[in-house]
Amino acid sequence: MKYIDEFRNQEVAQKLAQAIQNETKQNRQYNLMEFCGGHTHAIFRYGIPDLMPDNINFVHGPGCPVCVLPMGRIDNAIKLAVEDEVILCTYGDMLRVPASNRTSLLKAKAFGADVRMVYSTQDALTIAKDNPNAQVVFFAIGFETTTPPTAVAIQQAQKEGIKNFSVFCNHIVTPAAIQSILESPEVRDLGMVSVDGFFGPSHVSSIIGTQPYEFFANEYQRPVVIAGFEPLDVMQSALMLIRQLNEGRFEVENEYTRVVTYEGNIKSKLLVEEVFELRQTFEWRGLGELPYSGLKIKDCFADFDAEKRFNISKINASDIKGCECPSILRGIKKPANCKLFGTVCTPENPMGSCMVSSEGACAAHWSYGRYEKK
Amino acid sequence: MQHIGVMVVMKKNKKYISRLDIKNSVINMSHGSGGLAMTQLIDELFVKHFDNELLSQSNDQAIFTTEPGRMAMSVDGHVVSPLFFPGGDIGSLSVHGTINDVAMSGAKPLYLTASFILEEGYPLLDLEKIVISMAKAANDAGVSIVTGDTKVVEKGNGDGVFITTTGIGIVPKGINISGNRAQVGDAIIVNGSMGDHGVVIMSSRANLEFETTLESDSAALHTLVADMVNIAPNIHCLRDPTRGGLATTLNELALQSDVGVKLYESEIPIKPGVLSSCELLGLDPLYVANEGKLICICPKENADQLLSTMKAHPLGKDAAIIGEVIEDNNNFVQMKTKFGGTRIVDWISGEQLPRIC
Repeated sequence: MKYIDEFRNQEVAQKLAQAIQNETKQNRQYNLMEFCGGHTHAIFRYGIPDLMPDNINFVHGPGCPVCVLPMGRIDNAIKLAVEDEVILCTYGDMLRVPASNRTSLLKAKAFGADVRMVYSTQDALTIAKDNPNAQVVFFAIGFETTTPPTAVAIQQAQKEGIKNFSVFCNHIVTPAAIQSILESPEVRDLGMVSVDGFFGPSHVSSIIGTQPYEFFANEYQRPVVIAGFEPLDVMQSALMLIRQLNEGRFEVENEYTRVVTYEGNIKSKLLVEEVFELRQTFEWRGLGELPYSGLKIKDCFADFDAEKRFNISKINASDIKGCECPSILRGIKKPANCKLFGTVCTPENPMGSCMVSSEGACAAHWSYGRYEKK
Repeated sequence: MQHIGVMVVMKKNKKYISRLDIKNSVINMSHGSGGLAMTQLIDELFVKHFDNELLSQSNDQAIFTTEPGRMAMSVDGHVVSPLFFPGGDIGSLSVHGTINDVAMSGAKPLYLTASFILEEGYPLLDLEKIVISMAKAANDAGVSIVTGDTKVVEKGNGDGVFITTTGIGIVPKGINISGNRAQVGDAIIVNGSMGDHGVVIMSSRANLEFETTLESDSAALHTLVADMVNIAPNIHCLRDPTRGGLATTLNELALQSDVGVKLYESEIPIKPGVLSSCELLGLDPLYVANEGKLICICPKENADQLLSTMKAHPLGKDAAIIGEVIEDNNNFVQMKTKFGGTRIVDWISGEQLPRIC
């Protein structure tokens, strides 16, 4: 595959591994947090830890949209499908995420709720057009990458007068989450988790650019390297982070120059601004209520806001007892530190959200990294 | 009385008033009622195309004699969506799938049964296409469809056509192939590229249309298996990696034989089109279904000879040795990645794509 194989080349990987080996200082640890689930997935899928010196520690971050959605929002979605009898459309990963009382959208579907897996917001619009007598709700989740397509769908619905379509918006923004991790007492004061540097998101940064990370680099004195999702991207970025740490620098560097620019995708940003605005606060699984971390639909598109159309109110739901997803999402614990991991919680039967998506830290550890436990 | 007389006359000379209007008719509830409409459908569609002596006897069972020895029997339900796809359709798939399940014991498949669940309203013209395709697949494979069943469900209670086939075959003397026989040191061979069928089905789905030049690999593997057991009668395991793909099937075999598996990613044949499609959809080709592929586990000393035998067969020309059986109490399937690392190739979890076969 052209433009892909080049970034999975074993010879280059060996050279990079050698360079990393040469440049890491033996007397220190390098704790590098990959914010994105995409990086977590790549690290395990390609076996990158095998190529790294022992003193490089990958800390998995909260950048898996399925993992950070609080359970109450899934309960809301199930309620929409079951009680309001809407056709609920969502991306595949959401279907298996555990909700309260051991339910999930997949189980609700089995009991007769009309829950449909879609591959794009356009599919949801098509379903709305094909079912004019039913209410169709798109259960929108994700970071800055998936927000523009939702904005397009809302604008299109307004333009074409698709009145039976609405969006249950759960879009979130990355910078708020990074700030929360760096602000948390575990990182700042207690030293329970040390994060020396960040792999910056790749797809998210293609939209927002590298500029928003400058604040973190300066304020918290941590280097950030925007990294692509291919394995060589991850290794090259690790080397760049190691060099910054060795030299005492804390800058925003961009490894993913083939996609990411300083300003990002201005057209997409404007589009999102037209349709969405920041909520004062939004709850994240594992991180709690974070100020200005989530998006809501602007009043001028209120007709397409499922929260208004169906009077959705907040459901407070608590995680399953013993589930360490909240700590794992903040990098405080590793999946293997969770008592449920691999005993009652497996990808077949996930108890916590980190076990659901292949980008979740627990699922990645279970599926790809289990042999290390020996 | 006169009415009955007329019926008798009709039955004797000409059973049905007019021929089945295949071009313009659809399945209706009477086609499953057991009455004349059903008999006509069977006669003019199934018996006509499957065309063999045992079926033409119109009994509720097929009676045949076989040579003494061990027999292999298997059943497979087919619910693929869409019913027609590049490289095949539910008809050919339902023949190949069951022939392969029988053949994975090393057996020579002899006879098939076919049970149809038809949905009210399904066009007879499409049903005929499926039946013709089944007949061709069976004929090409030298296997007869000797008895069957037809049921009709109300519109909305099925999805066009579901086909269940059963197959029976004879295991040659001295062959003992079983999923629990993999031994440490054995070689693992596949007969060609992985993931073709699954990607073709995905690309044909209504909500996911994308164009590829790929075709399903759906094929009957029994002649390839015959060549293989002929040259290496001591093959330990054979299995076709259908749902869940190579990864899931190897996990099954590892568990069944209480061993581990070590794969070499660089040796696993995967077509560029399959790789690209999987890349696009975020899937791992090792978990994508095949319908004309087999995994062979054999003693290491037979591996090279088997490989060249497989390569000489049209269905094995891309055969490759992809790994080995190792000792592992956890029964893990692990893989040396092309990138140079190692990872677990775990059981599939959830459903990557429903209704693939």
